[in-house]
Amino acid sequence: MQLSYAGDNAVILYLGERTGAEVAARVQAATAAARRVLGPDLIDLVPSYASLLVIYDPLRTDHMSVIHRLHGIRADIDGASAGSGGREIVLPVYYSAESGADLERLAQQCQLPVDEVIALHSGTEYRVYAIGFAPGFAYLGEVDTRIAAPRLATPRAKVPRGAVAIADRQTAIYPAVSPGGWNLIGNCPQRMFDPNAEPTMPVAVGDRVRFEPISRERFLELGGELA
Amino acid sequence: MSLVVRQPGLLSLLQDPGRYGQHGIGLTTGGPLDRNAFALCQRLLGNDPAATAIEASFGGLELDAHTDTFLCVTGASMPLAINGKERELWTVHKVKAGDHISLGYATDGCRSYLGVAGGFVVAPQFGSTATVVREQLGGLRGDKLAPGDVLPCATVSEHHRLQVPRDQRPHYQNQVTVRVIPGYQQQHFDRLQQRRFFSSEWTVSQRCDRMGYRLEGPAIRCDIEGILSEGICFGAIQIPADGQPIVLLNDRQTIGGYPKIGAALSLDAERMAQLQPGGRVHFAAISPHAAHNALHLNHWRIQHMPLQAAPEERNR
Repeated sequence: MQLSYAGDNAVILYLGERTGAEVAARVQAATAAARRVLGPDLIDLVPSYASLLVIYDPLRTDHMSVIHRLHGIRADIDGASAGSGGREIVLPVYYSAESGADLERLAQQCQLPVDEVIALHSGTEYRVYAIGFAPGFAYLGEVDTRIAAPRLATPRAKVPRGAVAIADRQTAIYPAVSPGGWNLIGNCPQRMFDPNAEPTMPVAVGDRVRFEPISRERFLELGGELA
Repeated sequence: MSLVVRQPGLLSLLQDPGRYGQHGIGLTTGGPLDRNAFALCQRLLGNDPAATAIEASFGGLELDAHTDTFLCVTGASMPLAINGKERELWTVHKVKAGDHISLGYATDGCRSYLGVAGGFVVAPQFGSTATVVREQLGGLRGDKLAPGDVLPCATVSEHHRLQVPRDQRPHYQNQVTVRVIPGYQQQHFDRLQQRRFFSSEWTVSQRCDRMGYRLEGPAIRCDIEGILSEGICFGAIQIPADGQPIVLLNDRQTIGGYPKIGAALSLDAERMAQLQPGGRVHFAAISPHAAHNALHLNHWRIQHMPLQAAPEERNR
């Protein structure tokens, strides 16, 4: 664990050098522990791939006290293991050419049958590494190397809501219609970001996510929409 | 009981102090770019510090009063007129139903705060009314003000008319020195690059907005091209591949993968956000200790600044 100043009310904890389940578990443990030791002095936390940004109220506390308290969470972080922490969440996905415009091309590119692409994508447990880019956009890792396709050369102007996509070894679900350059392989009928729902998002950083293939009928039943 | 937007000007947004504690779902903070001017606007009106006001950028806002209330405008030097008569900034004024309120274009600074007694009454989203257009959250419908928008507020017939004494009002200049707290990836910028960063004069580019201010000057090189995306705090100074710094502000994305040379002292980033394109910026280093002290001194000054009674209004 390495600590650096970030701003006049923020410090950042570095918990590893590269992405992976083990580092993600450490980030998850650090997030919970930082929340505990900082209590009401905390303004917000931004967990990400291998770091945790800690934003505190500088009128209630100072950087020295915050750093001192964060040194005290070392045991929590060291106790985290790759399989631990976070909730287990299953998200339904309708994998098909009509719900995932790049599925067939990606299968060809990877020299695999479409069924195999689906099996590899849905057969892996992913960690939520980070949330950002747009409200509710969760970066999940890591995708099996056999289907880890690079981003499109020209991003699409409009990716449909719920699109399940792959970029290199990451996968994500577009929470809203937006531009995007990831490879679309299916669609998830569950809303990933709904300002009027409680909770707003089904996942948080550190959660473990699995995708469950569903049929077209089930997709439509769950409220999924086809463009 | 409301003020109604006749003309929104270049960019007018409803803002409260900001949306905090929501980075976990990817939401940024929003809130006023110039927090001191916003806080003084609320203090003059005797409002809750978290009340909702309008942030007008550059100017051109025109409103019609549909109720009696009191308002004040703080921040940039946008000429305020009520029914065509110029009125003093940093001062509480009475307005009556039927009055026409206008803000001209700023000569010094570019962000102003128009508040009313009791604040505008808007439903919060995720605990805040702050408008973030990119996220379609806050304000009336997650967007900037538009002609015809109705801004609900209370009817107020009696109120103290206070003003900020003239010698306490800020002078917005075309040049700001931004103090920088060392941190993040600063060690990946070698001594020459750091010297270049701290000794050069920077110009505010046309690409400056509520997400961040892009500055133009000599290219700053970093030892590393990118980093694993990580949390970005207010004021963080990102150096993308073209070497031109971006000082990240209220509507920044919450995570990003460009190396950062440090972060601006928030007080100075707020002064910088009053610069128009073409404004000049210099950077200077500040220690975390000195930065902490500066925040406390500023907080005390804003909270305890003596306000005085405004002179009687004539020509009403």
